[in-house]
Amino acid sequence: MTKKQITEAIQACNRRGDKAFVPYIMAGDGGIEKLRETILFLQKIGVTAIELGIPFSDPVADGPIIQEAGERALAKGVTLRLVVETVASFKDEVKVPIILMTYLNPIIQYGIEEFADDCRNSGISGLIIPDLPYEEVDLVRDALTNADIALIPLVSLTSPPERIEKITAAGEGFIYAVTVNGITGVRDGFEGQLEEHLQKLKAVSSVPVLAGFGISTTEQVELIGSFADGVIVGSAIVTALHDGDLKTVEKLVNASKNKIPTI
Amino acid sequence: MVKEQTRSGRYGKFGGQYVPETLMTALIELEKAYDLAIENPEFLAEVAYYLKDFVGRETPLYFAERLTKHAGGAKIYLKREDLNHTGAHKINNTVGQALLAVRMGKKKIVAETGAGQHGVATATVCALFGLECTIFMGKEDIRRQELNVFRMELLGATVKSVDKGAGTLKDAVNEALRYWVTNVEDTHYILGSALGPHPFPEIVRDFQRVIGDETKAQILEKEGRLPDAVVACVGGGSNSIGMFYPFVEDENVKLFGVEAAGSGIATGLHSAAVAGGKEGVLHGAYMYVLQDEDGLIQEAHSISAGLDYPAIGPEHCHLHESGRAAYTSITDEGALEALQLLSQTEGIIPALESSHAVQYAVELAADMSKEEIIVVCLSGRGDKDVETVKAALGGDKS
Ligand SMILES: Cc1ncc(COP(=O)(O)O)c(C=O)c1O
Repeated sequence: MTKKQITEAIQACNRRGDKAFVPYIMAGDGGIEKLRETILFLQKIGVTAIELGIPFSDPVADGPIIQEAGERALAKGVTLRLVVETVASFKDEVKVPIILMTYLNPIIQYGIEEFADDCRNSGISGLIIPDLPYEEVDLVRDALTNADIALIPLVSLTSPPERIEKITAAGEGFIYAVTVNGITGVRDGFEGQLEEHLQKLKAVSSVPVLAGFGISTTEQVELIGSFADGVIVGSAIVTALHDGDLKTVEKLVNASKNKIPTI
Repeated sequence: MVKEQTRSGRYGKFGGQYVPETLMTALIELEKAYDLAIENPEFLAEVAYYLKDFVGRETPLYFAERLTKHAGGAKIYLKREDLNHTGAHKINNTVGQALLAVRMGKKKIVAETGAGQHGVATATVCALFGLECTIFMGKEDIRRQELNVFRMELLGATVKSVDKGAGTLKDAVNEALRYWVTNVEDTHYILGSALGPHPFPEIVRDFQRVIGDETKAQILEKEGRLPDAVVACVGGGSNSIGMFYPFVEDENVKLFGVEAAGSGIATGLHSAAVAGGKEGVLHGAYMYVLQDEDGLIQEAHSISAGLDYPAIGPEHCHLHESGRAAYTSITDEGALEALQLLSQTEGIIPALESSHAVQYAVELAADMSKEEIIVVCLSGRGDKDVETVKAALGGDKS
C-alpha cells in the first residue's frame, strides 16, 4: 500500500457520508499470533485504517491503559521487528492502511533505512512517532520518502498558529490532532475551544484531520467526529479487545457512520 | 547515524528535543524565557543572593590531608558541595529554575527524584518561593530513601510513588514528563540533572557551573595554579558538568567522570551508560543509553539511588566522544569502601554517589606524583545513606 492511499481511504469514507474511524491497537497484546485475527476483524467491521502500536519500555505519551497493554505485549517478547515480520506474513489479506505508532528509539536501533524498507515490504504505509516533533524529523524524512511511507504529524492544542502551519504543510496521510493536553487515556470532558481548534486545523491542512487522545465513548466519537474528518480511538479499543468485548468495538466504529449528509 | 547538527541544543550529535508535540511549545517558551533571564543582571543577582544567603555558598575547597596521605600520591582537594543547604549540589539548580519559573509566571512545579536529594532541593525552593510542588519518586527509591520522602512532605510537597518498571529514577522521569504534558499550561518541570530535551541540559549546566567557577578561583588562590585532574561522579551528569564546564578549555586539566559500575560491568547490573550503553533516545535527548538490541531501555543498577539512571547527559556524551573527558566506573563495593575511608580519615561522611568519585580519586592519586593536584567534587553528604550502608555492611561498622 502507498502513502497516498491513507489520505484516499479517509476521503472515500467521507464521501460515503461516514467519518473516518481509526482504532489504535497494541500489537502483541494477547500474543503476536492474535494480530492477524484482530486486524481482519477490524477490517471486516469497517474501520478506515488501523494504528498499530508497538510496545516500548518507556511510553511517555501513553496513559495507564496503553502502558499496561504494552507491558503485556513486552512480557510476551513482542518487538518492533517481530511486528513488522508478522504483518508481512498476512499482508495480502489486508485491505485497509496499516499505520505503525512507535517511539523513536526502537527505530534507531533497527536502523532507519532498513526499517523503512521492511515497512514497505510489509504493506505498512504510515508511521506515527510520538516523540519526534517537527524540529527533529530530518532524522527519518529521507528514508521514509524513499520507501513511500507517510510520516503522520501530531498537532496539539498548545501548538501556536505559525507552528501549526509548518507542521501541516509537511503533513502526509492525515494530521493527528491531539484533543487534550496530556497522554492517551479515557476522559470525561474536552476543552471548550476544541471545535474551533479543529476547524482552524482543517482550514490550513491539505490532508484530512483526525482527532485522537481521550476519545472513548460512542457519544465522544460522534461529537468530536463532527468537528473533524474522523477520529482515532485508543484506550477504549485496547480495553475492549483485551476483554474480548467485540460488541463495544463494533458500537464505537458504527458511531462514525452516516454522519455526513451526502448529496 | 544521527547527522552532526549545529542547531542549539546539540552537543556534537547528542542532545536535541525528542518529545511529544504538546511539550514543544513549553520547551520553546522555556528557552526564550531562559535566554532572556541568563543575560539579565537582575535575575543573576537574584540567583547569586539566594545561593549565598540561603544555600550558604561559596562552599569550601578543602585540602584532604589525611586522605592524601592514605592515597600516597597527588594532593586531593574536596569541593564541599555536601555543605550546601539540603546537603547536596542539587539545590544550585533548583534555586535557579524556581526563580525562572516565578519569572515565567508558573505557580506549580513538578520534579522527579532518585535519591530524594533533588526532590528535597525542589521541595525546599518551592516552600521558599510559595510554589505548589509535586514530586514523582520510584517505589524502590521511596523504600531506599524513606527519610527524604518525609523531608519532602515536611516541606509541603506531595510525593507520588511510581511503581512502573523497577520503580527507580527512569520511571520517575517518565511519570513527571506525563504529568508535565497534562499540566503544561501552569506548571514548570524542574529537571534535576543535565538531561532531557533542550534547553534543560544547558539550563542545569549553567546553574551548576558555579561549582567549577568557584573551584577554579579557589585552587588558584591556594595553589597558584589549576589542578591536574578533576573528578566527579556521574548519574545524569549535573554535578560533574557543573564542575567540568569551566575547565573544558583548560586542556592541561584532565576531566574524569565516574559512573556507577554496580555489581560490576560484566554482570550487566550497573548504571554505566558510557561503558555499557549504545547511542539512542531517552527522555527527549540523543545520548548513550543502556538498552537491548530492540531499543528497549534497560534498568540501571547501583547501590546509590542518585546514580541509578540508564543514560548519561548529552554534553557528557560529546565530551566522551571528543576525548576531552574520560569516563570510568566504580563498583558498589568500591563506593562503600571510599565512604568508610573518607569518614574515618577526614570526618566527612560522603553520599554514596560522591563516594564513587572519592574512590576513583584515591586510585588515581596513587599513580600520580606528590606535586600533582586532584579536585574531587564531593557532591553530597551521606546522612541519607547511612541505613543503606549499614544494611550493606551487614550491620557491623567494619
Ligand atoms: C549527592 C548526589 N551526587 C550525585 C548525584 C548524581 O546526579 P548528577 O549526575 O546529576 O550529579 C545525586 C543524584 O541524586 C546526588 O544526590
